[in-house]
Order: sequence, then C-alpha cells, then structure tokens
Amino acid sequence: MELFISQIFNGLSVSSILLLAALGLAITFGLMGVINMAHGEFIMIGAYTTYVIQNIFKSNVPEKFFDTYFIVSIIMSFVIAGIFGLILERLIIRHLYGRVLDSLLVTWGVSLVLQQLARTIFGSSNVSVIPPSFVDNNLKVTQLLSFSYKRIFILIMAFICVALVAFIMYKTRAGRNVRATMQNRAMAASLGVNTNIIDAGTFAIGSGFAGIAGCALTFLGPIGPTIGTSYIVDTFMTVVVGGVGRIVGAITGSFIIGMGTSSFEFFTSASLGKVITFIVVIILLQIKPKGIFTISTRSLDD
Amino acid sequence: MKSFMRKAFSIFTAAAITLSLAACGGNSNETEGNSSSTNSDTVKVGILHSMTGTMAMSEMPLVDAVEMAIDEINENGGVLGKQIEYVLEDGASDSAIFAEKATKLLTSDNVATVFGCWTSASRKAVLPVFEGNNGLLWYPVQYEGLESSHNIMYTSCPPNQQAIPAVDYLYENNKGDDGKLQLFLLGSDYVYPRTTNTIIKAIAEEKVIEIVGEEYLPLGHTDMSTVLTKIQQTKPDAIINTINGDSNVAFFKQFKDAGLTANDIPIMSFSCYEEDIKGMGAEYAEGHLFAWNYFQTVDTPESTTFTEKYKALYGEDRVTGDPIQDAYIGVYLWAAACEKAGSFDVDKVIEACESGEIEYMAPEGLVTIDPETHHLYKVARIGKANAEGQIEELWSTDERIKPDPWLTGYSWAAEAGLGQ
Amino acid sequence: MESLRNKISGRNIVAILIFLFLLTAPFYMSSFRTNMISKYMCYALVAIGIDMIWGYTGILSLGHGVYFGLGAYCMAMYLKLESSGTGLPDFMTWSGLTELPLFWEPFKSPVISMILVIAVPTILALVIGYLTFLNRIKGVYFSILSQALAAAMATLLIGMQKYLGGSNGLTNFSTIFGKSVYLPAVKSAMYYITLAFLIGAFVICSILVKKRVGKVLVAIRDGENRTRFMGYNPAVYKVFVYCLSAVLAGIAGALYVPQVGIISPNDVNISPSIEMVIWVAIGGKGTLIGPIIGALVTNFGKSIISENFPELWSYFIGFMFIFVILLLPGGIVSLKDVPRRIINKINLYKEKKMDNEKNKKVLAKRQHN
Repeated sequence: MELFISQIFNGLSVSSILLLAALGLAITFGLMGVINMAHGEFIMIGAYTTYVIQNIFKSNVPEKFFDTYFIVSIIMSFVIAGIFGLILERLIIRHLYGRVLDSLLVTWGVSLVLQQLARTIFGSSNVSVIPPSFVDNNLKVTQLLSFSYKRIFILIMAFICVALVAFIMYKTRAGRNVRATMQNRAMAASLGVNTNIIDAGTFAIGSGFAGIAGCALTFLGPIGPTIGTSYIVDTFMTVVVGGVGRIVGAITGSFIIGMGTSSFEFFTSASLGKVITFIVVIILLQIKPKGIFTISTRSLDD
Repeated sequence: MKSFMRKAFSIFTAAAITLSLAACGGNSNETEGNSSSTNSDTVKVGILHSMTGTMAMSEMPLVDAVEMAIDEINENGGVLGKQIEYVLEDGASDSAIFAEKATKLLTSDNVATVFGCWTSASRKAVLPVFEGNNGLLWYPVQYEGLESSHNIMYTSCPPNQQAIPAVDYLYENNKGDDGKLQLFLLGSDYVYPRTTNTIIKAIAEEKVIEIVGEEYLPLGHTDMSTVLTKIQQTKPDAIINTINGDSNVAFFKQFKDAGLTANDIPIMSFSCYEEDIKGMGAEYAEGHLFAWNYFQTVDTPESTTFTEKYKALYGEDRVTGDPIQDAYIGVYLWAAACEKAGSFDVDKVIEACESGEIEYMAPEGLVTIDPETHHLYKVARIGKANAEGQIEELWSTDERIKPDPWLTGYSWAAEAGLGQ
Repeated sequence: MESLRNKISGRNIVAILIFLFLLTAPFYMSSFRTNMISKYMCYALVAIGIDMIWGYTGILSLGHGVYFGLGAYCMAMYLKLESSGTGLPDFMTWSGLTELPLFWEPFKSPVISMILVIAVPTILALVIGYLTFLNRIKGVYFSILSQALAAAMATLLIGMQKYLGGSNGLTNFSTIFGKSVYLPAVKSAMYYITLAFLIGAFVICSILVKKRVGKVLVAIRDGENRTRFMGYNPAVYKVFVYCLSAVLAGIAGALYVPQVGIISPNDVNISPSIEMVIWVAIGGKGTLIGPIIGALVTNFGKSIISENFPELWSYFIGFMFIFVILLLPGGIVSLKDVPRRIINKINLYKEKKMDNEKNKKVLAKRQHN
C-alpha cells in the first residue's frame, strides 16, 4: 500500500514537472503552431536566471532574507525568458507564420546558438543553486512513505501556472483576442485586433512560462548548457498526445506520459520504461491521430 | 533571355561551390605535404575532447589541464629542445566525429601524439583509427578495463585500481548486522557501468555480498523518484553509483530530498568527482564516499602546487580532481618517454614507455607506466565528501597496485567469462 | 528541340558539374578529405530520400536516423562477424555472452546481410507507414511521432549492450568481403560505389517525379483531400514514398559504416535525424539536386569550421541554419532566383516611384485647378 501511494505520488510529481515544462509549449506550439525547438533553451534561460539572482542575493542581501531570492527568481525567470521570446519572435518567428515546419528548423539553429551562448557566459560546467530552506525538507508519513517538499511545491506551482494560463486565456479580453487571432486571423484583424501585438505577446508569455519551469527545475536537476535538450522530446509529446491547442490537453498529456513513465519504469527499468512510453504514445496516436482533445472544425485541409 | 540569365547564374553558383570545396580540399593537401610532425623548433600534438554537446561539461576542464601542462613544459624548455604546439579538435560528444577528428589529427596534422577522449564510446571509436594509422593516444579517464591497445596509454585506472578496492572497503566497513553486505548497483546505461557491475556481481559470488538491485538510467535522465523508491524498498547497506555526468546532480539532489542521508545509505561513487560536486552543491554530496586515485586534498607538495596553479590560471572557484590530474600527467609522461626515446617517433616513444622506466612524480604520488598493459601503477584511495565539496581521504592502499585491466589476477573473473 | 532544351536545364548542368567534381575529387584531394566527401555522399543519399517524402510529398519525418541506423547496423553486424573470425564479437565477451545470439546468425553470410540492409528498413517503414498513413496521421503529428520513434530506437539500442554493443555501438572492423578496410584500393572502391549509388538514386528519383506517381505525390502535398476525391488513395502513395526514402537511408547507412568505421545509437537519435532534414532545407527541398548540395555543403562547412574554431563552431552553424532558412526559403538552389528577385524589387521600387510621381503630378494638377 505504501509502495502504491508513493508510486502514485512519483507519477504525479513527474507529471507536474512535465506539465510545467510543457505549458509554455502548449501556448507557443499548441495555440500559435510554432514548433519551437528552442523551447528547452528557454527552460535553460529560466534556470540560469535563478542562478544569477541567487548569486546577487548571496552577496548583497542579509542572510535571513536569502530565501526571498526564490520569489524574485520566479518573476525574473518569467521576465527574462519572456524578453528572449519577444526578441526571437520579432526577429525570426514572425517571418515564419504559415511555414510551420521551417520554424522547426530555424529554432533548431536558435537552440544551438543559445546553448553555445550559455557555455560562453557561464562556462561548460554545471552551476549549483541552493534551494530556499522552506522546501528543503520532506513530509515523512511512515518509514517508507515520504513526500519531498520540493516535489509538492512543484506540484502546486504547476497547478497555479495552469490556472493562471486558463484564466488569461478564457476569462480576459486579451485571452479572447489571442484565441480569436489563432482561430481566424483575418477575421480577428478585421474586427480591430492588432494581430502583430497578439503574436508577439503570446509567444513571449509562452516563453516566460518555460522560464518558470526552468526556475522550478533547479530544485531537482542539474543546471548546465544542455539541460534543455533532455526535455524537448517529452514536452512535444505531452502537447501532441493531449491534443494541440487545449490546456486540458496538456494536462492530460502530461498525466499520461508522467504516470506511464514512472509506472513502466517501476516494473521494468528506466531505459525500457522510456521505450515503452514512446511506443504507447505512438499507438495512442494511431487511435487518436490528433491527440485526445481536439478542437472540432469543419475544415478539411488544414 | 531571362532563362539564359538564370542558367548562367546557376552555372556560376555551381562553379563557385565546386571551387570552394576544391579549395578546402587543396588546403589540406598542403598540410599533408610536410610528412613529419616536427619542424625546426616545435613539435605538434593534438587535443581531442568534446567542447560542445552533453559531454563538454565533463571534458572542458581536461582541456584546461592539458594546456596547462603543455605551457609548463614549454616554459621549462620544451621536449627534446622543442616547444610543444597543440591542435585543438572538438569531438562534439559524438563517436563518429571523434573518429573523424582523430583521423584528421593523425593524417592531416601529423601530430606526434594525441591527448583526449572521455567516454568509452569515444575511445572505442578512435581505437581503430589510432591502430590503423599508428598513432599514440593518452586516455585520461577511469574505465571498464578489458582493453590494452598497443597505441593507447591509459593514465587513469582500470577496475582493479578503483572498483575492486572500493568493494573490498565497503565489505570491510559497511556490512550489515548479519555479516552480509547488501549492495544496490546504480549506473548510467552505457558500457562502463554495465561492465563494472558485471565485475562486482562476479565478486559478489565469491564473498558474502548480496546484490539487492541493479538499475541503469538513460544518459541525461533527471527524474530519480522511481529509482529512489526502489532503493528505499530494498534498503541496501550501500549504493554503488556509476552514473555519469548530469544525472549525478539529479540523483544526489533527489536522494537528499527523499529524506535519505549518508548515514542511512552511503553512496559510493566511481564516476563523480570534485567538479561534479561543485555543480550540484556541496551539501548534497556531504558524507558520501568516492573512490579515486587522486583527490584535490591529497597532501603532497606536487598536489598543492598543481591545484594552486590550476586555480591561478582558470579561476579561484575551480577545483581539480582525478580526471583533471590524469589528463595533466599524460603530457608529462609523454614528454618523459620522448626524452628517453630521444625522438618523437611513435614506435620509439611506445618502446620507451614499454621499458618500464617511464615514471613521473604526479600530484597523486609516483606513477610508473606498466610495460605490459600500458596502464599506470597507482594507489587506490577512498574518500568522504566534506561540507566544502572537497573529498577527504579515509583509506588508501599501502602500496601502488599493479594495473590489471584483464583481471588475470582474480579467479572469479575467468568463471564469469570476463578477461581474455 | 523542346525536349533537348529541357534536358540541358540549369538543374541538370548543376547536377553534372557536381557529379564531375565528385568523380574527380580523389585525384586532387587528400585521402582524409576524400573519405570525408564519401561520408557526406552517404548523407546526400539520405537527403534525396527525405526530399522525396518532404519536398515532394510534404511529410516531414524527424526520425530518418532510424532507417539510416537500421541499414548501418545490419552492415556493421556483418562486418563485425567477419572481423571477429570464428570467435564472438568482443563486446559480447565483456558482457558475459558465451554464444552468438540467434538474430546474428543471418549476418554470417554476406549475401543475406546485403539483402537485410534493404529488407529491414523497408519492413519497419512498411509497418509504421501503413499504420500511420492509413490512420491519416498528418503534418506535425507525424513529425512528432517519428521523433518519438527515433528516441525509442536510440534508447532501445543503448539498452542492448549485450546484443548490439550499447552506447559504444559497433566498431573496430578490419575487413570487408575479405579485404582490409585500410587498403587504399578498398577505400577508393567504396568511394566510387557510394558515388554510383548517389547518381543512381538521383537519376531514379528524377525519373520518378516526372512520372505519374511523382505528380500524385505533389498533388498529395498540395491538397490531400482533393487527391483522394479524384480517386487516388493517398495512403498507398505515402507508404510507397516512405518506404523508398527508408530504403535510401538504409543503403546510405550500409555504405557509411565501412567508411567511417563506427555506428552508434548517437547516429540514430533525434539530433542527427533533425540535421538530415536541415541539409534538405538548406540545399533546397523539392529539387533533388538541392539535398545533395545541402548535404555536401553543410557537412563540409561544419567540418571545416569546427576544425578552425573548435570551441565556437556551433555559433556559425546555428546562424547558418537560421539565415539560410529565413532568407532563402528555397535553399541554396534558389540562389539562382536572387538576381531576379533583386530585379523585381528594383522594378517594384521604380513602379512605386513612378506611381508617386504620377500621384504628385495629379495632385499638383488638382491644386493648380
């Protein structure tokens, strides 16, 4: 029983990490149709931002307030990654709307450049981030059953971010404009929506959420120039399996892949668990060629 | 008319491409012109490490160490009166590129020797290149053994100088109350962890050691929750950790978060050193065990000057460690062999190495090239990480161990099908 | 007359020049560079296949490393057995195997190995293609699916250390068909065999795209449903072209192994697969000659730049990808249109200017009135 609960928790935790990492992609890829292979590098930017903020706090802020660095980091990761996203959109992506597959190849080049940039600035070694003390513990229920605060924190953070995105997209005017632009650009433009601003803003927000994911991932993983590469496949699969263009799709996708990976891994091995998950995804796509949640449309050729 | 212009332009483009390709090829012809690697006052050597990709993180410090050794030797008058000049190549964390660049170093640059490689995959990829072109490689990283090429000098250790003493140490010090040592084997999914664990399992047959779990993680894996659940479930006396690179950071971080400490279950790491500890934060590694031949804290005058120099050159926050040291001593051993041979010729240098007289007072102590196996006589050490991220020596072998990559000295090896 | 003019089109002239260059390269290039070009010709072969499915049919596969790898592994297994003589391949002994696994047996025969080089990628492509295209998985969904396939394949290969060498891959071959791989004669033979396959693939594909089947492929790219309504079954054509590109990739892999001397899961994974697509994009998709140029130029550029700037070369390569795809959507091949584009721009500018002047005149007239 303990084992079962702890494995459920592991699965949930993996899902929440995936969800957080894929949320930005659900916006840039799901809504805008930009296949951003540099998404992983935005996660990296978030992680490095956290590292820099931590170092600034270390040398300038009295020790008892040190923990507050993390709150600043979350905001700054969002802002910095968002700014990078904005620059990328204005310089490159905006020339590629309608050339979906070209955007994939160009952003692959962008990811090479950003990785090398990180290597030039911060060196090729990993850097370390000290987590704030309030998460540096764990909730011990029994001898075998314990929940790490960091994982709980990430779970909550993923929840808040999803709620935030859902709120923006479905309850605000800006969100309505975004959805309108993505669904029918010409119509939206003729009704007075400035689609240029919407494009830039949406891409920046999507990138910003990747930054937040990077900030949260400093808790669990390494922080180095290549961290982005390990998330890129999983995040794209998350978005695609759940169904492109729907927040609920991203949630479902991350749940399936997260739960799948950790349970297959439990019964077999980490490598085999991964392979089985990939195969399950391939089979799932055979049954649901456009993901689990699809936006119904009358158009034939899209 | 228009179509004519287009045609003319396309011919022009094609010609330009052809010419530029030919020019690139032509350039290399020129370099191939000088058949010897030396001209009047310099000798050319190659450095071949990953400077991009996932392995760059591990390999870049080694490039620094080799460059430092070369500069030191040059300041002291060079080798055989010649200054060393180096050609840097990037293996890009990809075996096929390692093979290509090794061929380039040996056939186009005609280097006298090459210092490089980290992963077993890259070494195995360049091995036929070095054997086919009769080159000489100095390989600086501990590995799974079962290899001794005529054209490679191994400046780090095979399992009998690291893994086997480490298991012996755990057997002496970490046995459970029932006199049995329960081990959990955890590694990245590639050849070094798998072969090392095969060796450990063979030892386990001999002694009262029980292997309670064996797990391999894909390279770059960062979620350890399920593996940690398996560890908590099996409650081993110790974990043998052969994880490589990035995943170490994730493993140590999440190990602590799961509420486990070094007192409950110590982790004995074979592939994780001071540089990795720096990358994860000292608090996560504190109290855990590390098996190497050299730690930055090793107390010899050579070690102190080595570390001081390294820090002065590359920054106060940098650390040294076993692979960095092994890359560094490779250059000195090569220089010593050249001096003895009186030549840079690969055959003569290898012959000198096989004289059994090539030795060097390294930071870790005196090392000598073993004529039979091309490995080094070394002391094995076990250390514990402290709060500063440094590893303090707990135990070491009294004498230098003779390298035994083929495990000929162990009866269990032949039974398990290991060895020759 | 018309047909003759067609035959000496700009594209064919470029093709002939390139093949002439490739034919003569061994005579004035060092053996190291020749070997590199030979490797890039293997890449060009893959690129032609990708061009067939992406450039002509509009299916972007991000998993062609899988088929390249399958062909390469089949060849490598044969070479490994041949160089191990009567004993077991070295990595099996380290991993504690005492007997040759059953699936290695067919690779003892060179003929069966050569057949398998083509058969294995075809069968996998047939299964994957049949399922996905019949289920009407399209566009981005297919791309991500093929990416998952590549990731699964690479992870699987890494996990099979006992049977396929794990992350080390298969390496250390000494002979091919009884001849040492280090002999210059064997090397140049391999070079010209590769070139022959490249020319052959180019010619066959060129003919194919001119035939009805090629036109259907383009029709599928431009309007799949319309093609279906006209009575064609797109799935059949898609499976065919997918298998064709898989076979080309498999052959390329098989030619690659003896010349490079290693195949590892690294070459099967996602990044090499994406790079393959990038060669096509850089050269110019939908042109057949473009992919060849793209594969040669990109890889040659990458090697030369990384030799000269070992630490900074990814900047160059990254920016090259960005600029070429951004500024030359048709790839290097579309350079030929640049003068026309410039002339058009100038004309447009002139027209605008004239318009402006006209407007001014009209305005002035009005004011005058």
